[in-house]
Amino acid sequence: MFKILEKEWLNVNTFKMVVDAPMVARSCEPGQFVIVRDTEDGERIPLTICDYDREKQTVTIVVQTIGGSTLEMSKKEAGEFLADFVGPLGHPSDLVTDDIEEVKKKKIVFVAGGLGTAPVYCQVKWLHEHGITADVIVGAKTKDIVILEDEMKAVGNLYITTDDGSYGRTGMVTKCLEDLVKNEGKEYDHCVCIGPMIMMKFLSQLTAELGIHTMVSMNPIMVDGTGMCGACRVSVDGETKFACVDGPEFDATKVDFNEAMRRLGLYKPEEMAAYEKVKAQS
Amino acid sequence: MEVDMMKKVPVREQAPEVRAKNFEEVCEGYNKEEAMAEATRCLNCKNPQCVQGCPVSIDIPGFVQALKEGNIEDAYQVISLSSALPAVCGRVCPQEKQCEGKCIRGIKGESLSIGKMERFVADWARENNIKPKAAESKKGKKVAVIGSGPSGLTAAGDLAKLGYDVTIYEALHKAGGVLVYGIPEFRLPKEKVVEKEIENIKGLGVDIETDVIVGKSITIDELLNEMGFDAVYIGSGAGLPKFMGIPGENLNGVFSANEYLTRSNLMKAYEEGSKTPIMKSKKVAVVGGGNVAMDAARTALRLGAEVHVVYRRGESELPARAEEVHHAKEEGIQFDLLRNPVEILGDDKGWVNGIKCIKMELGEPDASGRRKPVEVPGSEFVIDVDTVIMALGTSPNPLISSTTKGLDVNPRKCIVADDNGKTSRDAVYAGGDAVTGAATVILAMGAGKTAAKAIDEFLSK
Repeated sequence: MFKILEKEWLNVNTFKMVVDAPMVARSCEPGQFVIVRDTEDGERIPLTICDYDREKQTVTIVVQTIGGSTLEMSKKEAGEFLADFVGPLGHPSDLVTDDIEEVKKKKIVFVAGGLGTAPVYCQVKWLHEHGITADVIVGAKTKDIVILEDEMKAVGNLYITTDDGSYGRTGMVTKCLEDLVKNEGKEYDHCVCIGPMIMMKFLSQLTAELGIHTMVSMNPIMVDGTGMCGACRVSVDGETKFACVDGPEFDATKVDFNEAMRRLGLYKPEEMAAYEKVKAQS
Repeated sequence: MEVDMMKKVPVREQAPEVRAKNFEEVCEGYNKEEAMAEATRCLNCKNPQCVQGCPVSIDIPGFVQALKEGNIEDAYQVISLSSALPAVCGRVCPQEKQCEGKCIRGIKGESLSIGKMERFVADWARENNIKPKAAESKKGKKVAVIGSGPSGLTAAGDLAKLGYDVTIYEALHKAGGVLVYGIPEFRLPKEKVVEKEIENIKGLGVDIETDVIVGKSITIDELLNEMGFDAVYIGSGAGLPKFMGIPGENLNGVFSANEYLTRSNLMKAYEEGSKTPIMKSKKVAVVGGGNVAMDAARTALRLGAEVHVVYRRGESELPARAEEVHHAKEEGIQFDLLRNPVEILGDDKGWVNGIKCIKMELGEPDASGRRKPVEVPGSEFVIDVDTVIMALGTSPNPLISSTTKGLDVNPRKCIVADDNGKTSRDAVYAGGDAVTGAATVILAMGAGKTAAKAIDEFLSK
């Protein structure tokens, strides 16, 4: 059992939990994920790590209530327990494992969409602690759903853009990046993009045009997260990879996003039904 | 009751048409009278071949004699000396290739039904709350066991009985390894059998820590150097599923057997109201001919699908336990033998709608000694299915080998260990599927047993 030490709603359907998880906190790195089950009969939910504290032995996750299981998990409060919290899983971000002197030479931009802001924060914070301040583009549909703004400002050079122009710049993240590069004299040679699959697809088309090497963090359907089930198959450069053990980050130009989006829809009707069921109980 | 010495006392089973629609155990097992009657068929050979056929060397004539006399508790203690999981082994061992395959009674008639007797004894002990005997004194030394599958549980049980402090680290949220995620309820009940046998092992003083991934959460070096373990046993199994590499394998509706079975068994997706979904299939092709293929096929059948097993060799080459093939056929699984998939076909939305196969014929024997299947040119045909389950075997997970310096692996990513389980690293032992690649529960148990002995010798120096 894993104690929830803090819980906070970040927007109408996204919450943050700080969890007492010594075995994860001792060894996790930015880019890695955990698998969480809220209760003994819960689904195994993969979540990318948002923050961790080795001394306090805590790991922070940010969760969006998109299905029955996440909605159910959102009912847990600080002081209560999660049944399972296992990790770290997957590889850390290249930025963390590469030679830091080489990383310092890079001009890095992060692009985050929605919930992707949380795992991006983890990497930006790590870089900041290592003397690197990266540019960060955070995209949201509208002002009310922007998350982790203050946290991100403290560690990175933040650009917020909203689809409806209600906050920060107006338009999608692709427009923001294009403006920065084409009209505002910014130069980047490395991009990390985390967000909805469709956003990562279009953003990586743009970065390919702009000649910016881009890594994307894939979030496919998973069961175990340790390489056992193969549900998370992703085609990368024509080869089948398991996002859980080979990723979750891959070279964006090599990822078959259309296949990845199709595979995400495998249990859509079941997910919708589960969501409605839990919602009706609330 | 009257016993025909040439024939096994028949065992009660759920009728095929009934069990094809439920997940209750297929085989109901012997009652005391039946088990004792079967025991009278034992010839009590001076040189018992059956024991040699058993990977954990259970004193089979010993327990059968006790059973014959009605001393079930004695029979259980005899088995317990050699096996930590008798109720499991009685159900899932390929007895026809092991103990029963060597039984002298089997030369002229049917061999003794050793597996069914073992199962009865173990079930009776559980129902009567008889436990294996714990160590009387402690050694004051710690051993870490990685993986709570059959190999790890056996090694842990044996080491605990010898007085070691044993901690098992399990990556999943539940202990049991393949016994809980792989083998279905209808063949091996989880709450009734697996959990109880694991409780028995815990009762010996073994601590099980779930949700810990050795190689990620903690490394073997940290276990030895920081956590104070004196030795480590790696029984992490062979968890990575193989795919064929044919076109269409990433279409929606193609699953590894591991995924399909994990959803159903570990996550209980077969139960109404389960939070983990499983595909509601109408017609399923299961590719492969081993026990895992049979388990996946029979699970899909119970979930309401018409099921075809597609296997590239013939009936006699099917690697599955004879009983599983027999049960699968009784339940209405169709066997498309000497057929091999060449492509999985999908509709315009990317969902499976067929599997294109080619007919095969058997040629010369290959390295495995089995006749090699050869394609018949131009014989392609399509089976309309909405789901394809790949049950082609598994290979070891590189998580541990890739994070443990100096731990040798072979080109198949299997950990290299000698006959006693000793690896290239001092104080590190390994066994089961992690060393051999995918094999059986009992061979993994045998390896755990051998390694426990070797670890004891190493730590007693």
